[in-house]
Amino acid sequence: MKTKVLAIDDSRTIRNLLAATLEEAGFEYHCAVDGREGVDMYPDVDPDVVITDINMPNLDGFGVIEELRGTGINSKVPILVLTTESAPELKARARGAGATGWITKPFDDASLIFALKRVTGAAA
Amino acid sequence: MSGSIQDTFFEECEELLEATDEGLTAIEGGDHDSEVVNAIFRAVHSIKGGAGAFGLDDLVAFAHRFETVFDEVRSNRLELDEKLIQLLLRSSDQLSALVEAARDGGEIDEAHNDTLLAALDEYIPEEEEDLTFEPMGLGGPAPMMDLGDLGGAPAEPQEETYRIRFQPLKEMYGTGNEPFFLFQALKDLGELTVTMDENELPGFDAMDMSEAYLAWDLVLVTKETRSKVEAVFEFVEGLCELSINGDGDAEAEANALAALDAMFAAPPAADAAAAPEGEAPAAPFEPPVPAPEPEAKPAAAEEKASAPKAESGKQEQRGGPKPTLRVELERVDRLINAVGELIINHSMLAQQIANLNVSDTRDVETELEGFKNLARDIQEGVMAIRAQPVKPLFQRMARIVREASAATGKTCKLVTEGENTEVDKTVIERLSDPLTHILRNAVDHGVEKPDDREAAGKSKIGEIRLSASHRSGSVCIEIKDDGAGVNRPRVKQIAIEKGLIPENAELTDSEIDNLLFAPGFSTAKEISNLSGRGVGMDVVKNAVTGLGGRINISSSPGKGSTFTIILPLTLAVMDGMVVSVADQTMVVPITSIVETMRGSDDMINSLGADGTLLSIRGNFVPICDVAGGLGLYRESDQQAGVYLLVETETGQRCALAVDDIHDQRQVVIKSLDGVCGEIPGVAAATILGDGKIAMILDPESIIAASPTAAAFDTERRMSNAS
Repeated sequence: MKTKVLAIDDSRTIRNLLAATLEEAGFEYHCAVDGREGVDMYPDVDPDVVITDINMPNLDGFGVIEELRGTGINSKVPILVLTTESAPELKARARGAGATGWITKPFDDASLIFALKRVTGAAA
Repeated sequence: MSGSIQDTFFEECEELLEATDEGLTAIEGGDHDSEVVNAIFRAVHSIKGGAGAFGLDDLVAFAHRFETVFDEVRSNRLELDEKLIQLLLRSSDQLSALVEAARDGGEIDEAHNDTLLAALDEYIPEEEEDLTFEPMGLGGPAPMMDLGDLGGAPAEPQEETYRIRFQPLKEMYGTGNEPFFLFQALKDLGELTVTMDENELPGFDAMDMSEAYLAWDLVLVTKETRSKVEAVFEFVEGLCELSINGDGDAEAEANALAALDAMFAAPPAADAAAAPEGEAPAAPFEPPVPAPEPEAKPAAAEEKASAPKAESGKQEQRGGPKPTLRVELERVDRLINAVGELIINHSMLAQQIANLNVSDTRDVETELEGFKNLARDIQEGVMAIRAQPVKPLFQRMARIVREASAATGKTCKLVTEGENTEVDKTVIERLSDPLTHILRNAVDHGVEKPDDREAAGKSKIGEIRLSASHRSGSVCIEIKDDGAGVNRPRVKQIAIEKGLIPENAELTDSEIDNLLFAPGFSTAKEISNLSGRGVGMDVVKNAVTGLGGRINISSSPGKGSTFTIILPLTLAVMDGMVVSVADQTMVVPITSIVETMRGSDDMINSLGADGTLLSIRGNFVPICDVAGGLGLYRESDQQAGVYLLVETETGQRCALAVDDIHDQRQVVIKSLDGVCGEIPGVAAATILGDGKIAMILDPESIIAASPTAAAFDTERRMSNAS
């Protein structure tokens, strides 16, 4: 069975990039355009891993992590945050909220797949 | 593949830049709301994120500074004063320029870029300026992590054996990290042996579910670099006790020392791991069961229970913008084409019914009328899909005015009105260049220098008003400046110098103003690189007429000039007069017809050898025979007896001679592009009710090509002069 990814990002470009890489690598790809939609979609998609941006309207990435971890929807699903290079404090904060790991933007295909591998064990 | 993603990136950039501009305009207007600031921050941040993905370094660097300043603002560490707002506005312009340069491969003004970067830097506190990545300073047992070296130095092809001691802290399990997955990732790098150390596992009664008791000793034989091995543990750094020791790892003294430490600290583990594969303690890939695992089941159950609740909350929480649907333009165009066919089909049906010679067609006609109205409704609906507000276009124009003001040392502000007026997408796209040109002109030539303005009793700041409105089935765009107005004596003098008008021509004020649109006219003494570039307002006019529109200028000395652009609402359908010329059916756009009349011989006067003039209520108007203009020949019994009085943009009137007028109706414009080359006098084609193709005429070009009209025009100017 394909590994299901739920990507949450308000940037169409990033969503497209993720979709292209992940679908080619054989993942099942789902996406949401902001944190609120992501959290709402979560139960239906029931993903194996969540990738979320931090800066988003409606509900930001920290909110997503807190809601997924805190409300008991799923306290264990791996959550990867998309961050930019200069934000170690963001990573610390995301981890504090319960993020599993992070993907640094800009990412290449290999590092994206590698990150997913480390949190889901799956290459696809 | 990546090409199309890059295309969507640039498309998205346009939207994000608009959002940025919109936010900045709100801020400029005094709205410093945190949501406005946040929205700009997000927009710039998204541009940076996407730009990074495509390696657009200049754009990333600029967006980063810009974003950082905004971060300061939204954290209330920086106040939005006038100076900062101006800087942000200019930075937003530069961001657009960088996006454009990245997209079109153009050059950017490096000096300007650097100046802005430096100006932005002044608002960024020292510690934030450091863009280099600092690994998370957690001071754990793995101090040598080099996170930045994922795909770095080429790997030494030599095999290396790493002994890894991995003991998760209980905090790790709260982050969703699973040792098993990490081991799988390690296994990708080479040959891995895993030994679970459960020595610390207490008896079942003493076990605390929230504690972590397990540790693993791993031996990895790999040709990959050390940094790749370390990268596997990147996410759990600080959440575990970790040591990684390479056997032949002598490249760094620190590593060697760490290796020694490890050997002294945990000799049994090292021994066990070094044991040959298959022996008792080695347990490759038994899925480990971490302590808190039992929690997973109730969580999953709860997840199902909470699903409907989350679903119902979905609708309520959708506030903000109206839901939209992104559709490929091509699909909409297909629909527009189909509607066009529907309209044609309607006229065909009407024609067929008329041909049936049925005595009582009233019922059918009522239904046909209903059909027609529905077709119009659908057409309007489809047009509305293509229609977009002019707002983004107007926002770009604000930038043009800022740039032009900066370049000329003048101060101008752009006031926009009717930004929500909707216009066909193509019209908006093709309007960008002419508007840019007119606005640059308005700043460059229209608005006076601040001192001159003051002397004239005006505010130092010039005002340019850009407005859009719907006016009886057309769109009206007006550009009004409060500058000096057209310098008529100077314009006339130039026109004479360039041979555009005879030296002794007597022109009305309006005629002089409209000389600005004459080909080859440019009032700038030297071609400024701002509004000039060697093209004049005639290019603007051509662009507008190319869209089926008209442009006019009116000016009042000392008070300013107004350019008025009238455009059709749609490019797909128009109202036309169906006429016949030498057995051919043709369509003349209604918009260009002033009046129609049947002529009699006594109304016709001759001009020169071949020319004829039509006398209308005491005025002479040159006659252009459409048949002659298009190279058609009439049979002897045919005669042009009907005249369509048309007026050109320059106010030149002309009577188009046709054989007969049939009716007035809506026709679907079918472009001739790609079907045949440009035919002088013909703008496009359409399909009529009887299925025949009819040419849609372009009166302007017929008149322009008419020797009679030209001769008459010269004559008129001469007679005006005398």
